[in-house]
Amino acid sequence: MLDMRAMIVKEFRELVRDRRTLGMLIVMPLLLLVIFGYAANFYVSSLKTAVVGPQASQVTKMLPSFFDVTVTEPSGTQADAETLMRDNKVDVAFVTGQTPVLALVNGSNLFAAQSAVAALNKVGDQVKTQVLYNPDLKTSWVMVPAIIGLILTFIGTIITSIGMVREREAGTLEQLAVMPIRPSRVILGKIAPYFLVASIDMIIVTVLGILLFSVPFNGSPFAFALGAAIFLFVVLGLGVFISTISQTAGQAIQTAFFFLLPQILLSGMIFPLEAMAAGVRWIGYLLPLTYFTMISQGIMLRGAPIASLWLPFVVLTVMAVVVFTGATLRFRRDLAPDRPASPARGEQAAAETVSTT
Amino acid sequence: MTYSVRSATVRFGSTVALDDVTVEVPAGSVVAVVGGDGAGKSTLLRALAGELALDSGTVQTPPKQRLGYLPASSGSWAALTVTQNIDFVAGIYGLAGDELAARRAELLDRAALTAAAGRLAAQLSGGMRRKLGFVMAIVHRPALLILDEPTTGIDPVSRIDLWRLVSEAAASGTAVLMSTTYLDEAERAAHLVVLDSGRVLVQGPYDRVRASFAGVITQAARPVRADWAWRRGRVLHEYWPDATPSDPPAGATTVAPDLEDIVIALSLARRNMVPS
Repeated sequence: MLDMRAMIVKEFRELVRDRRTLGMLIVMPLLLLVIFGYAANFYVSSLKTAVVGPQASQVTKMLPSFFDVTVTEPSGTQADAETLMRDNKVDVAFVTGQTPVLALVNGSNLFAAQSAVAALNKVGDQVKTQVLYNPDLKTSWVMVPAIIGLILTFIGTIITSIGMVREREAGTLEQLAVMPIRPSRVILGKIAPYFLVASIDMIIVTVLGILLFSVPFNGSPFAFALGAAIFLFVVLGLGVFISTISQTAGQAIQTAFFFLLPQILLSGMIFPLEAMAAGVRWIGYLLPLTYFTMISQGIMLRGAPIASLWLPFVVLTVMAVVVFTGATLRFRRDLAPDRPASPARGEQAAAETVSTT
Repeated sequence: MTYSVRSATVRFGSTVALDDVTVEVPAGSVVAVVGGDGAGKSTLLRALAGELALDSGTVQTPPKQRLGYLPASSGSWAALTVTQNIDFVAGIYGLAGDELAARRAELLDRAALTAAAGRLAAQLSGGMRRKLGFVMAIVHRPALLILDEPTTGIDPVSRIDLWRLVSEAAASGTAVLMSTTYLDEAERAAHLVVLDSGRVLVQGPYDRVRASFAGVITQAARPVRADWAWRRGRVLHEYWPDATPSDPPAGATTVAPDLEDIVIALSLARRNMVPS
């Protein structure tokens, strides 16, 4: 009995010292409960709607509140409606001036589109419904562009952080620290292979998605590659950052999990952002995958040009600069000489050549 | 050229890891740092390697391009082969092409690693891994070579190989600073530094360290004072700091101290005389 007690006491002592695991054990269930509770909702309660054409005002008045009309344009045409939809500004667009009224539905927002089609079917022959970008409302068409981002996130955060932290575990980081190589070159040299592998993965997954699931690629491959490259810098930066706050590969995986899980749940990849409670939705808008999904779905499904995707491009670029700079600075600190706790500083004299610092 | 740390003090919180330590490493000679666990050996070496900033004191080293360092950890990349490890480090120091190929072949031969050139570092024995680490530390012909316990945990034959490599490096003009826990091999160094609790107990050439040793060491089956005694083989040695060889403790057999006796005796003297 004493031996088991000793084992239990030892295990608790180790657990208390491992704050990260302890935090995961206590905080994770609470977070999952709250996030799932508020975010896990497929039902979209209102749809951003545009009404164009000669009877736009009358039709707007007749629409139930479910259709949240944000654009009413009597002089607008079907082409204008399609542009609004391509730019992801509305989920539904009614084109009046024809009988029956044409209702265009944005199929790239799957749950909103499903709700819209269900609501429009009840109206009967007065409305002719046409689903754009994803006519059969296939889940795979919406998921594949998002999964490309998820794969990049996986490689960028988990694989990169493990690769970086391995140097610390093996003790080779201290060797790199005394070598005549700049910290920025160490970082770039270390992440370049992951960047390359992630890029190849991205191409393979995109091509397979197109071949296996018939997902369309309607936009510019260049814009898509640019968005993916910026996004990769964000997630690679996150990977480097995670490696600077982890001592072991196990810790790096735990920490990367903290970053990965919210991206899966709150980026709009599974649950639509507009269906989430506002208290949780804002977290989604802080996550890089949210913006990459906007770009990948926009380009692949809707053929959206960069101009209409400027917001996610700008947000991702800012994130890339902030995360990458922060991670680099932290990594530089790891490669710099350790500073003892004392406030006094040693003077490093110049020798025949140069001093150590 | 002589490289050095002077009046170096390093504190980790309330622990003084180095306390006013001055050590010089002249070109072409081997300086061995000895001492027990926590004596400050690695801290001293890391300070000289520029891996650790001092609280006070000065460090004189060559630029990183002319510095070679073998840390106490493995010193090599486990998932790379012996050749790939050497090539990686050589690449950072700007060695390539025929020059690298010749240097690599020369070092692999001298370290008896030629047959293992294609093996992963993870698959090498401890001794082979340390020799590889040594080769990586000298591949660029450094002016100052810092080796943190290069021979710890390796077999006697590999220790001989490594010492031959160290001696050759010194003979070619490199200043070598190495730490070791093996006092027998430290005696081979041109200059000894004995550290204890971050302070230099004694330093100098081995003969001078032995000549300057004060007090008497005796051997007996049972010590008079347990605090001043330690086991050497089947007998116990005991240190009498105030005795002299001409006036030894009555009834005891005196012994000529070797370096191990001197280091232990001085460490005991410090611990027994300095209130903790």
